[in-house]
Amino acid sequence: MKRLLKNREMLLVVAVIALVALIALRFPPFVTPGNLANVYNDTSILIILALGQMAVILTRCIDLSMAANLALSGMVAAMLNAAMPGLPIPLIILVAMALGAVLGSINGLLVWKLDIPPIVVTLGTLTIYRGLIFLLSGGAWINAHQMSNAFKALPRTTLLGFPLLSWLSLVIIALMLVVMRRTPLGRAFFAVGGNPHAAVYTGIDVGRTRFFAYCLSGTLAGLSGYLWVSRYAVAYVDIAAGFELDIIAACVIGGVSIAGGIGSVGGAVLGALFLGVIKNALPVVNISPFAQMAISGMVIIIAVAVNARAEKRKGRVILRKAEAAHG
Amino acid sequence: MKILKTLLVTAAVSVALIANTAQAETKKIALVVKALGIGFFEAANKGAQEAAKELGDVEVIYTGPTTTTAEGQIEVINSLIAQKVDAIAVSANDTNALVPALKKAMDRGIKVISWDSGVAPEGRSMHLNPSSNPLIGNMIIKLAADNLPDGGDVAVLSATATSTNQNVWIAEMNKVLGNYKGINVVATVYGDDLADKSYRETQGLIQSHPDLKAIIAPTSVGIVAAAQAVTDAGKIGQINVTGLGLPSEMAGHVKSGASKSFAIWNPIDLGYSATMIAYDLIGGAEAKPGAELKIGRMGTVKLDDNNEGAMADPFVYDASNVEEFAKIF
Repeated sequence: MKRLLKNREMLLVVAVIALVALIALRFPPFVTPGNLANVYNDTSILIILALGQMAVILTRCIDLSMAANLALSGMVAAMLNAAMPGLPIPLIILVAMALGAVLGSINGLLVWKLDIPPIVVTLGTLTIYRGLIFLLSGGAWINAHQMSNAFKALPRTTLLGFPLLSWLSLVIIALMLVVMRRTPLGRAFFAVGGNPHAAVYTGIDVGRTRFFAYCLSGTLAGLSGYLWVSRYAVAYVDIAAGFELDIIAACVIGGVSIAGGIGSVGGAVLGALFLGVIKNALPVVNISPFAQMAISGMVIIIAVAVNARAEKRKGRVILRKAEAAHG
Repeated sequence: MKILKTLLVTAAVSVALIANTAQAETKKIALVVKALGIGFFEAANKGAQEAAKELGDVEVIYTGPTTTTAEGQIEVINSLIAQKVDAIAVSANDTNALVPALKKAMDRGIKVISWDSGVAPEGRSMHLNPSSNPLIGNMIIKLAADNLPDGGDVAVLSATATSTNQNVWIAEMNKVLGNYKGINVVATVYGDDLADKSYRETQGLIQSHPDLKAIIAPTSVGIVAAAQAVTDAGKIGQINVTGLGLPSEMAGHVKSGASKSFAIWNPIDLGYSATMIAYDLIGGAEAKPGAELKIGRMGTVKLDDNNEGAMADPFVYDASNVEEFAKIF
């Protein structure tokens, strides 16, 4: 089982490298170290979000409200900054994360206490959160000149040659590795998704575990909200519209099973990187915008097909062994 | 005595009747926009409200879907039909998809016009262009060329590949390209009116065209994202971002020098004119080729063979006036 996962991650690494090589054939400057660092930086937000989504999907749930949560937290961060330019940026980030956590916990509570299907809950909160942004902002944009320089500078500040945004995503990856591998909560995510009934017998509260998964995804969405708004230096109702699908696609490509219980930090990161490379390559390889959409869609379906085959093979191997024993 | 009583009752009844009819005559004009929460349309609503105030007996219903989809607009239009509004003025997300719903509205006696982004002729009685397409197409390339006396490479960052108005403007721009010596349009890319995709497309342009001198973005989301991407790439002064944008959204980028100038018509005037035209049509004016419709303080608009009219020339904003207009919209 573990080896299979490892193999899948290797497969993804190979796929990402092959993809980069293919792009380099058409547009050689793509593979310069500087550009690859840019691509990673551009994908940082998607990586952070995919890690939060992974925790939720592992528990057999789904969070469709992440992009709306990001937009709402980002809008609040931008409005705070516009209204009180003197407020220290770390405090604004903390507020965005706390707000994200609260929004995530609302999803978690509805799933846990009212037992509503996660897809319905988050589909509802997705619309509610987007609506809230509209109510808060009255439809107005927060623009570059309304944000303080410090607010916009943080993700761009370079440290040891890389922007802080990239470093931040590396820190989140490291933290998630520790949480998933070394803490009871991380193991509970896998247990709840792998077999909820068995998890109950081992003393894990399934609902509570899901609640924490939603809090985690909400917190990361809140953090991403600030990052997004400061990176693109604009906040409005529709920011990151439809991005929830990219987040879920990153997880699926990364081998996180929608049925729960299977997945890894490495897989989710690689899945996000794979999408990031495609998103950054399509503008430079000169492909028609209609083909771009078709390509993105095809990649997701191929990834799911590969994953489905990998899971099926497991069953076949046992059967073949059994046949061999009989034969 | 009896006569006096009768007279009084009659007077009371007729006053009540007159009051009733006056109330029933308040005209409901729906302003349907591409999506709620976009600065441009919020400003158009301001103009529509101004027109309503001026006319007195008009109630403007400002509405639209939450995302820029034709499906969302069809739902909105159906609910407006149920509310029995007198006129619908729509900025369409799709040229053809709205036609059946709008035809239904016209069958029920509702006056339908489109403004900003048009509907196919069979789905509306007239279309109000904020400016004429040739004028806009000329303006966006002129904005780029004015800052490039020696010519150079320019690229276009559009909205989606299927956006009605962006495609028309780009086509008109290409028609007059020959008038601007030395200006080469090297690429047209699509940012889908998403901040992140537009930003990425701009990065792609900077990479694949090292000699790029200007980026023309005839869309308000795209121009802001392109200006930010140029700023982050440290290309201020080398690449000028121009096109169509809102002063309040572009003020910072004009100040930083990422954008030297850009253009837009006044959306307040546009919402105002659309409401005025809708009111004229409710009052019995007919929209036919050659007709002149009154648009209050904006004068008149003359309809062409396709029942389309142009409001005014696009207006150029630069460092000298952007701050002032940023306070308005």
